Parts: sequence; C-alpha cells; structure tokens
Amino acid sequence: MHDPHKDSHLDELSGVSTTGHEWDGIKELNNPLPRWWVLTFYACIVWALGYTVFYPAWPLLTSATTGVLGYSSRADVRSELAVAEAGRSGYVAAIKAADMQQILADETLRTVATAAGNAAFKVNCIQCHGSGAQGSKGFPNLNDDDWLWGGTPQQILTTITHGVRAPEDADTHVSEMPAFADILKSEQIASVATFVADLPKGANSTETAAPGAEIFAQNCASCHGERGEGNQEMGAPNLADTLSLLADGEEAIAAQIRAPKHGVMPAWGGRLGDVTVKELAAYVYSLGGGK
Amino acid sequence: MLEKMDIERLDAEAVNSQKQRQVLYAPRKKIFPKRASGGFRQFKWLVMAITLGIYYLVPWLRWDRGGYAPDQAVLIDIANRRFYFFFIEIWPQEFFYVAGLLVMAGLGLFLLTSTVGRAWCGYTCPQTVWVDLFLVVERAIEGDRNARIKLDKEPYSLRKLTLRTAKHGVWLLIAVATGGAWIFYFADAPTLLKDVFTGQAAFVAYCTIAVLTATTYVFGGLMREQVCTYMCPWPRIQAAMLDEASLTVTYNDWRGEPRSRHAKKSAAQGAVVGDCVDCNACVAACPMGIDIRDGQQLECITCALCIDACDGVMDKLGRERGLISYTTLNDYNANMALATAGGTQPIDPTRVRTADGKLATALQHISLASFLRPRTLLYAAFWSLIGVGLVYGLVTRERLDVNVLHDRNPQFIMLSDGSVRNGYTLKILNMIAKPRVMAVRIESLPQSSITIAGVEAQSDGAFLVPVEPDRLRSLKVFITQPRHASADQVQTFRFIIEDTQGPETKTYTATFQTPGSSK
Ligand code: SF4
Ligand code: SF4
Repeated sequence: MHDPHKDSHLDELSGVSTTGHEWDGIKELNNPLPRWWVLTFYACIVWALGYTVFYPAWPLLTSATTGVLGYSSRADVRSELAVAEAGRSGYVAAIKAADMQQILADETLRTVATAAGNAAFKVNCIQCHGSGAQGSKGFPNLNDDDWLWGGTPQQILTTITHGVRAPEDADTHVSEMPAFADILKSEQIASVATFVADLPKGANSTETAAPGAEIFAQNCASCHGERGEGNQEMGAPNLADTLSLLADGEEAIAAQIRAPKHGVMPAWGGRLGDVTVKELAAYVYSLGGGK
Repeated sequence: MLEKMDIERLDAEAVNSQKQRQVLYAPRKKIFPKRASGGFRQFKWLVMAITLGIYYLVPWLRWDRGGYAPDQAVLIDIANRRFYFFFIEIWPQEFFYVAGLLVMAGLGLFLLTSTVGRAWCGYTCPQTVWVDLFLVVERAIEGDRNARIKLDKEPYSLRKLTLRTAKHGVWLLIAVATGGAWIFYFADAPTLLKDVFTGQAAFVAYCTIAVLTATTYVFGGLMREQVCTYMCPWPRIQAAMLDEASLTVTYNDWRGEPRSRHAKKSAAQGAVVGDCVDCNACVAACPMGIDIRDGQQLECITCALCIDACDGVMDKLGRERGLISYTTLNDYNANMALATAGGTQPIDPTRVRTADGKLATALQHISLASFLRPRTLLYAAFWSLIGVGLVYGLVTRERLDVNVLHDRNPQFIMLSDGSVRNGYTLKILNMIAKPRVMAVRIESLPQSSITIAGVEAQSDGAFLVPVEPDRLRSLKVFITQPRHASADQVQTFRFIIEDTQGPETKTYTATFQTPGSSK
C-alpha cells in the first residue's frame, strides 16, 4: 500500500499528498475518495445495464429491444385510460338510464355530462360550430337563443341524434325551401327581400301596406309564419329577430330566396352512441341559450 | 569522450511509474466511538428525546375541526390538497406560507451557524440523532469501544453471530418504525396503522416505509460519519457561514501543549508540559473518528462529546475543565498570542497561568458580545421580520375567495331580441371547515339581468349559493343587457359575494363586453 507520508509530493501547508500535477505553482492535492463511492458508481453502471435488459432500450435496425418486463408507455396509457373509464362507468350508466330532464335536474349528473359533452364537442363539433360553439355563416351559433329546430333539452338531443338532412338517418330533420327564382319575378323577389330585411325593425314594417307583404303572405308565411317568426317544426328560421344565419342585408336575402342554401348536419346518435349525444345535448344546453 | 558528452541524462519520469502511483480511493477506517458522559452528552440525550418524540408522536395528536375536516392536528392531505397544522389550514395557493417557513429555516441556520457554529449538525440533524440512537443500541448489545473492537477482530463464532444479528435486527426495527412514522403525517394515523397491519394500506404507503427503512438503516447504521463527510452539503455551506466570532469546538493548545504522557515525570525533570496528557479520550469518543487536536476540520460536527471526554480527564487530574471547549477563533488567537508571547516563542503554557498555577485572568472567554455583531443582528432581524410578516398574513388572511373567469370564446353573444349576453365562470372558495351560504349579486351594470345555472334568484335579485365546507363551488353566470344600454364597448362592474352568516364580503371587478356602436 501506498503511504502518503513517504510521498515525495507532499503539500507542505496541508500535509496532504499531491498528484504531482502542477500548474503555475498550484498543485493538485490528492484527498482520496472513499472506496464505497467508486463502488457505488460501478453499482450504478450495473444497474443501468440491468435496466436495459428489463426495459425497452437497445435500438435495433427497425425496432428496439422490448425488455423482459414487456413494459411500454402505450400500454401504460391504455391501462390508465381503462381505469379512468372504469371510474366513469357509474356516471355513464346513470346518464344512460336518465332522460334529459333528469340529467339536468341532478347537479352531479349535470356537471359530469356537461364536462364530458364539452370534451366530445371539442372533438366532433367545433369543425363547423367553432371552438366556442359560436358558429359562423351557415353554421348556427349555439350560444344564442335562436333555434332552428328547437332549443329545449329534448329538442337539442333529437337534433344531435338524428342530424339535419342527414341521408343516413330515417328520422332526420328534413325541410327544403323552394328556389323562388322559378316561381317569382325578380322585382317580386326584390320587394319581398326588402320586406324581410325590415322585419326585425318592429311591427310597423309588417304592415300590409309594405309592397312585399302580400308576396310574403302568399309564398313565405306558410313556413316562416305570418309575422316571419319561423317554425321550428320545419326548421324554418325566425326572420323577425335580429339574428340571421345565412343572409344579412337585402342583397343576400334576395339571393337566398332565389336559390336557397340548406345546412346539413350528420346524425350523431349512430356514430357516438346514446350516452355521448346526451352529454353533448347537456353541454349545448349549458351554453345558455336553451329554453 | 565526444560520444559520452552527446548522451545527456534528461530529467524525465514516466507518469505512471511505481513512484508516482497513488491511491485515489481509500478504504473506510472503522470507528468505534466510546461512550462519553458529561453535560453535553446529557443535553444531547434531551435533544434526542425531544426530536424523536416530536417525530413519532405528532401524527397522533388530535384536533377537533368540527366534523367537516380531519381531526388530525398535523396532516398533509395530498389527495385533497390541504395542509392542516392545529388551527391553521393551508390551501395550495397559500403555499407561500410554507415557502416563508423554509426561508426562515434557511436564515435560522445562518444565524445559528454564525453564532454557535455547526450546532445543527451536532445536536438536531436527523442523521446525528439517528446515528446516536443506533450507537446506543450497538453499545447495549456489543458493549463499549474496547469490547466492540475486540468483537470486530474476532473470527465469526456463534456469540459474534448472535450479537451481530441482534444489533442489526434492532436497527432494522428502528428503521421500520422510522419509515412507518413518516406515513402517518399523510393520512389519518389510527386508520392507517390498522390498514398497514391488515395489508389494506395503499401501495405507496408500503413503498415509503420500505424506502425510509432502507435509508434509515443504511445511513444511520452502516454509513454514519460517511454521510456527513462525503454526502452532505451542509458541512460545505456551513464552513462558509462561520467567521472568527463563531463558536467552534476547539482544542486549546495554548494550555495543552506540549502534550506529554508522563506529565509528572517530565515536569519533575524541568521540562515545560501542557495540560494534555495525550490520553486520546477525545479521539476515542469522537463519532467522526477525528482528532480535534489537529485543529478545526471539515469532519467535525461539533457534537461536543470530545469536550465531555476531556473534561472528565481534567476532573480526574484536578485541572480546570475546558482544554477542549467551545471557543471563537478570536478568543483562541488572543490566548494563543499570550502563550506564545505574541507568536515569537513556542507555546509555553506557564505564560497562561499565574504564579500559583491558576489560569491567568488575561485569558479570553466566551462573551455575549461575540454573538452581537452586525451580521448576526441582521440575520435575526430578517428572520423575525419574515416571521412577523407570516403571522400577520396568517391572522388577516381571508377565508372566502372569489375568482371570475369571463368567457372569451365568444366574448359576447347577441340574442334574438337584440340584447347582449356575457358569460362568466364564478368560483367561490369556502376556505373554512363549515358550510356557508353566499349571497351573490352584481352592481353597477345598468339595466342588466343575471341568471345563474341551477340557482333561483331571490326577490331582492341576489342569489343564495350554498357552498360546502372546505370546497370550491363553480357557477355558470349569464348577464344580459339591452343593446345600447351603455355607450361603452367595455363596461366595468362588480360581483359582490357576501357570507350570509358572517362578516366576510368579497368584491370582484369584472367587465361586460358589447359589440360597440360600430356594428
Ligand atoms: S454534516 Fe450533514 S448529515 Fe452530518 S450532522 Fe451535519 S448536517 Fe447532519
Ligand atoms: S472532534 Fe469533538 S466535537 Fe468534533 S465531531 Fe469529534 S467529538 Fe464531536
């Protein structure tokens, strides 16, 4: 064994042996590390090697070793999701069994359904209705109180379940506005457009004296109502309120009368299942516009 | 001749020559600390009893919180994100109290170290306390220093095996109890205790016990002084906190040197002898295995056991205690100057004694004044300032909190009758362990009407919202205002939330957005 006291390289001040390395008169002392320290270091290396045996580690040409424990982070996520799913199952069963009225009346169910509906909305609905459900031209804003097919929880549920003009669903909402370009002359269309554009301004504009009033009464009132208040049975929009879905201004209204555009919404019941559409309905209802 | 001159001997040496080769890793030297007795040992017993007592007993203290919150006095409720400390309950957003406590702990350590040196290490550090405890066990089973050294050298026999097994067995028991006590801070202790023994406790509880058992056993039983010397950062930090007026355990060589094993004989022969009889009692007692007579060193945790050991020897010899003592560098230097005639002579202990053999009055001793220096006073001032601030914050803190999130997407909604609606998420935090009913209303928004999902309005326009104890209640609030009720595109108004049974009221200023006059 080496005896530091017999060492030729001894630092005078500290009495500690030096490694013999010297830089501009500064010497490197050799205070030996404890042996267990370096053994710990080797143990860590062994541990690391063992780790690569038990867990996925070594890259191969096209894949990597999977490790004898068969661990994978994907499987981890899957099992965590399964646990979460199991945790939710009680609520899911309750929502399945309840109707909209019951769901909304129960504080817990409502909270759970609304949160789940929010998540489902973000995945399935925002493409058309927007991330805040604020809609855009041709796609209804679900926050407001203007409903094409009705705003009660049950009506909302029906619309989501069966869709609008959805070819895949026999019970879907269907209605079609004729193209009046073939029926009315263009001056008639212009005057009825003026009449419709003025409807939201109040009772005065619906006077029979207005030039478009008569045309409206004969051609439009059957669906949109005598005062343009709309009809949710047929998805006929309310023309008398201040909100418009497709057409703002006389020009645009006239264009819609000549060759109407119609929105389409898929029937979600078949795609997402019973529970999710109920959750979606609860969420849409929670946005504040529901009746 | 020419050839000979050509071959010059160069001054060179292989870097790995036998002469150059050195040990870079040293094996550990075994330490067998001898039992010390004296005032400091007594004090350390006391500190050990108090610290261990606190650690093991606190989770079992009960504190009545009226049935709505756990009745454990000190509880870190991770699942519900609450920290209970007797009458104080801390929510996660109030964690700054804990941060404040940590700052105080840091400053407290600075203060402690700059005045009394590494007192933390010597008396209260868990490492020190548990090593002390493990040493008690070792001594009880294997005997004191000499017996242990003998046993260690012995070849394995039935006796040695029995003793060793017994020792490690008791150590492991202590270690399990240590790990076991820890988990009780995180759940209801009586329930958890039952669960642990019936195998019902959470996996993480067993894991924690296992990990803490291992660390306690390895650090306290097997590694001991190695932890302090090689693993712990405190010795390095605390070395930087010491100055020449801090107390450190010091060998007073101004009265001890020249040491002599045969003091009487040497003195009779006329030689100068100091008080140190070189009995090595201080070395034998040292749990770090060092010789304090080599001077201040990193390894010394200032446990003061060498003081006790040396005082015992001095008592027997009829000399004054304090050959090894708590001393500041200032005092030491002054006394050293006295003994060496200002550093001009070798140490002569007769210089620090009067003619009749008493210690000279000129010697300097610990004085209160050395504690009071700008540095320590500043530490103390900051420490108290933070303490007072925390207490003030705690006493005046509110137990009702309100957050309002304005819907941003969309910011406002136009309704079919032309009015404008804004949505808000109102969060009411009832931070006490009692159910409360809050009255919610708004103020300063002309012509507005308010609805809250699931809550009916009262006749006076307020909404009565029950909030469960210690819970947050989130409400969806819709406020509607006729278009053009105000010329401002953004109006400011207030949510008022009032505790119906208590004095607390919270006001939150929010904004109401409209499309403005442009549209
Ligand atoms: S050196 Fe570190 S572990 Fe040792 S007694 Fe001091 S603080 Fe504790
Ligand atoms: S030298 Fe003395 S004070 Fe320092 S660790 Fe050893 S016994 Fe304790």
